[in-house]
Amino acid sequence: MKRSRWRLPLRFAVLGYLALLVILPVSTVFYRAFQHGLGTAWDAITSTDALHALWLTFLVAAIAVPLNTVFGVGVSLILARHRFPGAWLLDALVDIPLAISPVVIGLALILVYGHTGWFGSWLNTHHITVIYAVPGIVMASAAVSLPYVVREVLPVLQEIGTEQEQAARTLGAGPFTVFRRITLPNIRRGLAYGVTLTTARVLGEFGAVAIVSGAVAGKTETLTLFIADSIDSLDTQSAYVGAVALCLAALIVLTLLTVTDRKRDDWHKEVA
Amino acid sequence: MQKTTPHPSEPGDAPSRTRLPSRRITAVGALALSALALTALPAGAQTGGTVNLVAYSTPKPAYSVLATDFAKTKAGAGVTVSPSFGPSGTQATSVVNGLPADLVNFSLEPDMAKVVKAGLVSSSWDKGSTKGMVTDSIVSFVVRPGNPKHITTWADLVKSGVQVITPNVFSSGSAKWNIMAAYGAEIQQGKTPAQAQQYLSKLLHNAVAQPSSASAALQTFLSGQGDVLLDYEDDALYAKSKGEPVDIITPPQTILIQNPIAVTKTASPAAKAFLAYLLSPAGQTVWGQQGYRPVLPSVAAKFKFPQPKTLFTIDHLGGWTSVNTKFFDPQTGIVAKVEQSLGVSTASG
Amino acid sequence: MTDVGATVGDLGLPGAPPAPAGSRPEQRRWHRRPPTGPHPALAAAGRMAARIGGPALAVTYLSLLVLLPLAALATNAFSGGWGAFWRAITQPEAVAALELTLGISAAVAAVNSVAGLAIAWVLVRDDFRGKTLVSAVIDLPFALPTIVAGLTLLALYGPNSPFHVDLAGTRLGIGVALAFVTLPFCVRSVQPVLAELDAETEEAASSLGASRRQVMGRVILPSLLPAVLAGAGLAFARAVGEYGSIVLISGNIPFKTEVASSWIFSLSQSDALPAASAVSVVLVTIALFVLIVIGWARRRFNVPETV
Repeated sequence: MKRSRWRLPLRFAVLGYLALLVILPVSTVFYRAFQHGLGTAWDAITSTDALHALWLTFLVAAIAVPLNTVFGVGVSLILARHRFPGAWLLDALVDIPLAISPVVIGLALILVYGHTGWFGSWLNTHHITVIYAVPGIVMASAAVSLPYVVREVLPVLQEIGTEQEQAARTLGAGPFTVFRRITLPNIRRGLAYGVTLTTARVLGEFGAVAIVSGAVAGKTETLTLFIADSIDSLDTQSAYVGAVALCLAALIVLTLLTVTDRKRDDWHKEVA
Repeated sequence: MQKTTPHPSEPGDAPSRTRLPSRRITAVGALALSALALTALPAGAQTGGTVNLVAYSTPKPAYSVLATDFAKTKAGAGVTVSPSFGPSGTQATSVVNGLPADLVNFSLEPDMAKVVKAGLVSSSWDKGSTKGMVTDSIVSFVVRPGNPKHITTWADLVKSGVQVITPNVFSSGSAKWNIMAAYGAEIQQGKTPAQAQQYLSKLLHNAVAQPSSASAALQTFLSGQGDVLLDYEDDALYAKSKGEPVDIITPPQTILIQNPIAVTKTASPAAKAFLAYLLSPAGQTVWGQQGYRPVLPSVAAKFKFPQPKTLFTIDHLGGWTSVNTKFFDPQTGIVAKVEQSLGVSTASG
Repeated sequence: MTDVGATVGDLGLPGAPPAPAGSRPEQRRWHRRPPTGPHPALAAAGRMAARIGGPALAVTYLSLLVLLPLAALATNAFSGGWGAFWRAITQPEAVAALELTLGISAAVAAVNSVAGLAIAWVLVRDDFRGKTLVSAVIDLPFALPTIVAGLTLLALYGPNSPFHVDLAGTRLGIGVALAFVTLPFCVRSVQPVLAELDAETEEAASSLGASRRQVMGRVILPSLLPAVLAGAGLAFARAVGEYGSIVLISGNIPFKTEVASSWIFSLSQSDALPAASAVSVVLVTIALFVLIVIGWARRRFNVPETV
């Protein structure tokens, strides 16, 4: 790669694609958020409704992301290390939530967990509210972001193989030890990306949450709903500031998860 | 690709510090699950003095002024208004599905009918002095500043080269008002139903975008698309008051938009007080200041809303119940048929 | 070149390397201390639990979140009988919307798979100033709420575009919006796998005389193919279900630029929930079929690691 004559053209092609498709739109969002100064931007994000929306969004992420991470790693291990009938179906089903339009996911969740849904009466008797309350928002967010950890971790697991794990097993290590000390370090980059994608998706989810939350300002309004409300009220400033808050949150998560990678990258370059 | 030789740890690199703390992951996972379970438990019971308001999306700015004003009155002291705004149809469905609601305000009657049918609102909701309506408005033309294309009548909308924006009728209540305004205007001008239907076909042919909601339609128009947007007058006035570059043209014939409101059967006393306020001269004055035509004639007289030559209501066209099915059924309605014939002739495969 | 911080020797298990020669008695005792780890009985129970409990838990989670709602959807779709279901899915708007959605999603998945591979390549194997920033930015389209993404794309590539391109109301506009929201996982699917690739095999191949192209085609790309396909599958699935970011720039014209998710939304708003469920069910079934095929391809091209 270092001496390939394709290196520079490829780099420029890639940067060009990214510039047009990603960098430009994202910069526009940041620009519009701070267009009228930091002061107005700060005011926009510190209104009562905005603050509550921020808090609710982070709460939802704090629950949904770990749930999906545990699920994702578990399913990846199952799919990568075991053969069983129907594995191909489980593999495809993991991606399926994406193909369902978020609005439909919301409607489907209501069909199951709503007042008149399949579990409606059971939930009512036990005084548990799912729909139009936080649990519903968490479920909707988890549903739309289900596959990302799996899709990041599974290929890595398949790529690195079982050789080390088997070696450790023959030396007497239990399954948890093997996972903690052999598997986990190997999948950490894929896992980091998976968790980041999941978090980003949960932060940015709108359609499904709009349906299952009831959008009660100050109670069940997530940041994305707040942003939509702002756009409806022609308060695009607040909308863009909210969007910037979401981007920064995603960036922080990504940085936290991959910052220790830089040491490895440097080592790679030394040895390469 | 097999990993062959295991590599020595990097010098000075303590393994535990560079690995993801897996115990912590399990702990976080368990914490997350318990947090999830905890949030499902019911919150403390609502104390008196809360109004759970479920409304369509347009009056959100109006309601924040109204709620503040109401709190200053004797009946409203200490009352908290807990609002939810969204597309009218979605909001109605949410209420039916269990969204807590004391006061409901929709953009058109069929959505209220949904809630009545589910037994959540009394069937005598429209027997009051204002027939259950809280505000009026009209369908207007929103154009670029200065009206460069000189759009003033419905006939101008179907001229070739004119680009119209109107929301999609199947997902937007505003769109239904627009279509019935157009249809009704033709009827009022003496056309036959068949000719009026032809007009709708030409109008939709000129539609360069049919966004999913009135708000999306406004955003589309403001982004530079289209020459004219069909919208509620109150929405257009709000946009203008926010400094958006628009001009509002009142068509010579147009429909009177009537927005229904009602308290639910389980409404708190605070909600009933709030409704009384919204229908009172004080409340109606605030509505007027926000761009909505008051339903109280005494208050309406104080404002100088443009008067179209011919103003008709949905009752002139058969009432919403029959119109909704006849025109807007997604499979058998007139608009669906019009779209299909347009689609068959213009779809590029 | 592996990315492994742990090695077998770190586990402190019996069979660990003997104490280094010349070590003092205390150190030797330290090296031969009993193995860390759970009691053997507990370990066996753990293994059993992992064997049964793991998949059971995973399936339960999947059921609660996805399978049950899907089943409810399917039930709702047929609640009016087969006749109503058939009418709903053969209605011209539905057919047009489905065709449009599936076609554009497939195209976007294909384009972004290639782009994702190229981008991942540059991020892993190339180096330049600002690379970290570029890498960080890649996930952001995901974090943006879809309406904000839609508004921004409309502003950049719509009628008031500073570049004087007007993609509003066009299928290309829809494609751009879909590419925007699906790019992150086309890149991130390939990136970790590419980073884990053992460069020794590449070096061995080229030292044996393989040309750069042969190394690419026979060593590198085949091992990346499963990951690329994984990304393509995700991109396709997301594109098929996407709504918020394309609905503004598409213009949402029935039969021209109205995507399936928009038609489904319209149906759900028009008190035609069974019809909405019906079209959703069709869309999901087709997507599921495509994902199964992609999954088969991924496994087919996956070089088995061990016996």
